[in-house]
Amino acid sequence: MKAVALSKRRKSKARATDGKSKPGRNPGMALDLDWVQSLRVNRSAVERRAATIPTRRSVKKQWQAAWLLKAISCIDLTTLAGDDTPGRVRRLCAKGRRPVRADILAALGAGDLDLRVGAICVYHEMVAPAVAALAGSGIPVAAVSTGFPAGLTPLETRLREIELSVAAGAAEIDIVISRRHVLCGDWQALYDEVVGYRQACGDAHLKTILATGELGTLRNVARASLVCMQAGADFIKTSTGKEPVNATLPVSLVMVRMIRAYGEQTGCQIGFKPAGGISTARDALSYQFLMREELGTDWLSPGLFRFGASSLLGDIERQLEHNVTGRYSAANRHPAG
Amino acid sequence: MNVPEIYESMEYGPALESADVVRQWLDDHRDGFDHFINGAWCPPNFGSRFATRNPATGEVLGQVAKGDSADVIGAVSAAHKAQPRWAKLGGPGRARYLYAIARLLQKHARHLAVLETMDNGKPIRESRDVDLPLAVRHFYHHAGWAQLMPQELPGYEPLGVAGQIIPWNFPLLMLAWKLAPALAMGNTVVLKPAEYTPLTALRFAGICQEAGLPPGVVNIVTGDGATGAALTRQVAVDKVAFTGSTEVGREIRRETAGSGKKLTLELGGKGPFLVFDDADQDGAVEGLVDAIWFNQGQVCCAGSRLLVQENIHDGFIAKVKARMAGLRVGDPLDKAVDMGAIIDPVQRDRIESLVQAGVAEGATLWRPEGAMSDSLPKDGCFYPPTLLLDVETANVVAREEIFGPVLSVMSFRTPDEAVALANNSRYGLAASVWSENLNLAMDVAPKLRCGVVWINSSNLFDAAAGFGGYRESGFGREGGREGLYEYIKPVHEKSFKPVRTLPMPDTPPEPMGDGEGVDRTAKLYIGGKQTRPDSGYSQPIFSVKGKLVAHVGVGNRKDIRNAVAAAAKASHWAGMAGHARAQVLYFMAENLDARANEFKARIRALTGAKAGLAKREVEASISRLFTYAAWADKHDGAVHDVPLRGVVMAMHEPVGVLGLICPEPLPLLGLVSLLAPAIAMGNRVVIVPSYPLALLATDFYQVLDTSDVPGGVVNIVTGDGDDLAQVLAEHDEVDGVWYHGSDQGSRAVEAASIGNLKRTWVNNGLERDWFKVEQGEGREFLRQATNVKNVWTPYGD
Repeated sequence: MKAVALSKRRKSKARATDGKSKPGRNPGMALDLDWVQSLRVNRSAVERRAATIPTRRSVKKQWQAAWLLKAISCIDLTTLAGDDTPGRVRRLCAKGRRPVRADILAALGAGDLDLRVGAICVYHEMVAPAVAALAGSGIPVAAVSTGFPAGLTPLETRLREIELSVAAGAAEIDIVISRRHVLCGDWQALYDEVVGYRQACGDAHLKTILATGELGTLRNVARASLVCMQAGADFIKTSTGKEPVNATLPVSLVMVRMIRAYGEQTGCQIGFKPAGGISTARDALSYQFLMREELGTDWLSPGLFRFGASSLLGDIERQLEHNVTGRYSAANRHPAG
Repeated sequence: MNVPEIYESMEYGPALESADVVRQWLDDHRDGFDHFINGAWCPPNFGSRFATRNPATGEVLGQVAKGDSADVIGAVSAAHKAQPRWAKLGGPGRARYLYAIARLLQKHARHLAVLETMDNGKPIRESRDVDLPLAVRHFYHHAGWAQLMPQELPGYEPLGVAGQIIPWNFPLLMLAWKLAPALAMGNTVVLKPAEYTPLTALRFAGICQEAGLPPGVVNIVTGDGATGAALTRQVAVDKVAFTGSTEVGREIRRETAGSGKKLTLELGGKGPFLVFDDADQDGAVEGLVDAIWFNQGQVCCAGSRLLVQENIHDGFIAKVKARMAGLRVGDPLDKAVDMGAIIDPVQRDRIESLVQAGVAEGATLWRPEGAMSDSLPKDGCFYPPTLLLDVETANVVAREEIFGPVLSVMSFRTPDEAVALANNSRYGLAASVWSENLNLAMDVAPKLRCGVVWINSSNLFDAAAGFGGYRESGFGREGGREGLYEYIKPVHEKSFKPVRTLPMPDTPPEPMGDGEGVDRTAKLYIGGKQTRPDSGYSQPIFSVKGKLVAHVGVGNRKDIRNAVAAAAKASHWAGMAGHARAQVLYFMAENLDARANEFKARIRALTGAKAGLAKREVEASISRLFTYAAWADKHDGAVHDVPLRGVVMAMHEPVGVLGLICPEPLPLLGLVSLLAPAIAMGNRVVIVPSYPLALLATDFYQVLDTSDVPGGVVNIVTGDGDDLAQVLAEHDEVDGVWYHGSDQGSRAVEAASIGNLKRTWVNNGLERDWFKVEQGEGREFLRQATNVKNVWTPYGD
């Protein structure tokens, strides 16, 4: 049984290496339950490491500016509100195209970076307006899907929702997993569900939201991360932003360590997206330190790293202006998103 | 580099902590730093000073007073003079000062952190986030103990003047560990900071002034090893506390032998770091970073021996290497480095020579590429994180403390083998155990011969938890309630009198063959058997009237060797439940009671005691056995309240094999008073009864034989007490010696204990009143019979 699983693992590694021409796509592999069950996570050790991530590293001056600009390029600028309208989404998209005031960028010598956010993230009904507003910008539209945020609508509806969003122009699909499969230990069901989502996505990239705040233990977070990657997730994402606890550094540490383990085993680079509650430049830097320390610089670019955030950009803008002028900035000096 | 370039490369840049304020302070002292004596700054006796440097740059930070004996004498006499008033101030009065010091440390935290980093070379992150908060916490915690002393430690008083010598690896933190408990308990202090790192102690002296601490309560004399040696020699110093190398610790033990000074030694280590195959391996790798690359590995309790289960060895080492590749070595004031500078080129050379020796003995060296950035200051003293693979137990790097960022790797197959390899060391300070199976971890922790065990963690410290070693890592504890006893003594010690020796009969012996009974042969008692002495000699035992009563064997060093071997083998006694040991002690009491008349008669014959006194001695002995039968399952450990989600269990473990040299007067009660607490706590003992009365002890093995005492738990070797004490004190398998005899004998035992730095408890030629319950039994004896092991178990799922 184990031997079979291992040989499948090796096979998928080979596939991934062959498919290097298509970076960022995870072909997935057969569900390896032995691997899933063997995972061990010591919560206190995780928390201790996570607590020193923000204190072991620091960036100042132009390094800080560059790192924050990089953070902007990784933001999935998000609006997921019941009162979203095409007008509201157009404003957000415009902000995504020009996230920082041109004079600030010029002062930083970064005018030629062609800085944009990583994606615009919306509900299905807002996909079309967003796609229209972003035409020509190269910024992808991400749609939250599969009965977001609870994921308890009929499977048929969830699959259809993905297909409709892809048809409407979404290049990335942020699905929510069925927490009940994790809590009941039904890894096969979780695997099958995500495999189905992945098929429905077609060429659209699949981000799987684990809703870690509802999974109970860090072990469950690790196991769910691995099952989603085995099922073909291109990104694993912490939270919907609607759980009582959203992205935290300890949860993120567990997930990025699973990304590393999966990469070591298969050769595939899986992306990571913390979401919910990341609202300050300082938070953003902490997550960047986490990615760089645990996975390396590859994971600092939007291909493999996104922030799910709505108010983060504003704080970074103020920080960048401070970096240029030496004066603390105010929100009204920056275009609203 | 400009912003677009960094945007592309995503490199880290310099992130320097400002040193401006500290530089100004150093400038203010460019004429040199003085000693701090009697609340004032005192220039050194002959005006002699030495430079202290920043190891990261080689830059001279200041000229520091070099203390000679005259400086030390001045400081000690100031402390001596200030002590009575400081003690009289009372616990709550002292608590106010300790609280003020804690507050002031917080107010000056960044100044002290930057200064520490400049003087020591440790990363600012560590001095800021580890050293300072822990030092502050130590003063807060002990302000609390000062407040509670009258209620919680009744019947105890301060020792007097404490002479404290601290190392360079955690200068301010070690100062706090030493000063806070000493001051809280009413002692005054002369502190000698390390030669390499005197500056934070001098800055701390300023804090004492700001706190309004009475003059003489804290005195700081800077200098080198000679200054420290002068301090340990002062008659007015009642207590010596030392943290540093085992080599110097030995020297101090020898120097203070027989002086009556109480001694705490916190010495070297070669800490095992055990990773079982069911561990959270990523967590364990980070644990290793904390264990061996914290403070450049210059940590006595560093996890410097990685023992990893063979079936996960390769995968785990791959993870370790990957993690090492991410370690940044650099300017310690840079907030984004993991490792700073080594304290001094002398140390760096020592590290390098040990590494080379390890490689020559078969170790495979691995270092991450580019660990040492080209931008490191040219004159700085740096050493890269280093991994030594293929290390076998015989390799020097598996045995010697390297005191640098060097990890030696070995593998094991089973939990038993892991324990055996972990304990295969002269040291016993701290260990780390990684397994997600708490059944396994909690089983392994008590089997490790060391004072601290961190389960799924490493290098955790707190004022509320005791810290200290087994074996050649020293003795005594710092922190927690257990640490307080190092700075207090029972008030009743004042009433101790010089020992009486019983007069030898001066009349020629009467022959014993008077037709009464059969000639009896008192042999030695080893491993549960009566044994003839190796020497083949016997010596006569006379009654007080000069009548030859019997012969006892003349034990020699080989008999001691055999007795110790038997005691060591009887280790299952330590693992028995307290309840089961209590049953044996009760049975002994029962059997002694059954032979009460026989013992009374023997006591009367040997000592000339009146019937009433002999009766009282036998009854007191029976009662004492009852007392320790009662205690056998009640000397509970503690769960310390530390700021951690988890538990810290202070477990009381037997010291091991104890040599007991019994007092001469009250031959039965003296013997029982030592024997009973020792075995009640799970120790195995080698008893040397006092010679003139040795027959009582050999009578006593009849009691042992009938009381289900397992063979080897109690061994009795008769002979010359001081000679045998010497052999026991020198024996490396003996973990402790209790000596009740002359002051010269006490000195000899302490001096002879330096081989394995065993715990000693000597009477310094003073005799307690064994009949008095508060002097002759109780917790003091139980503490001497146990080591405190603190087991840290963070939890959470």
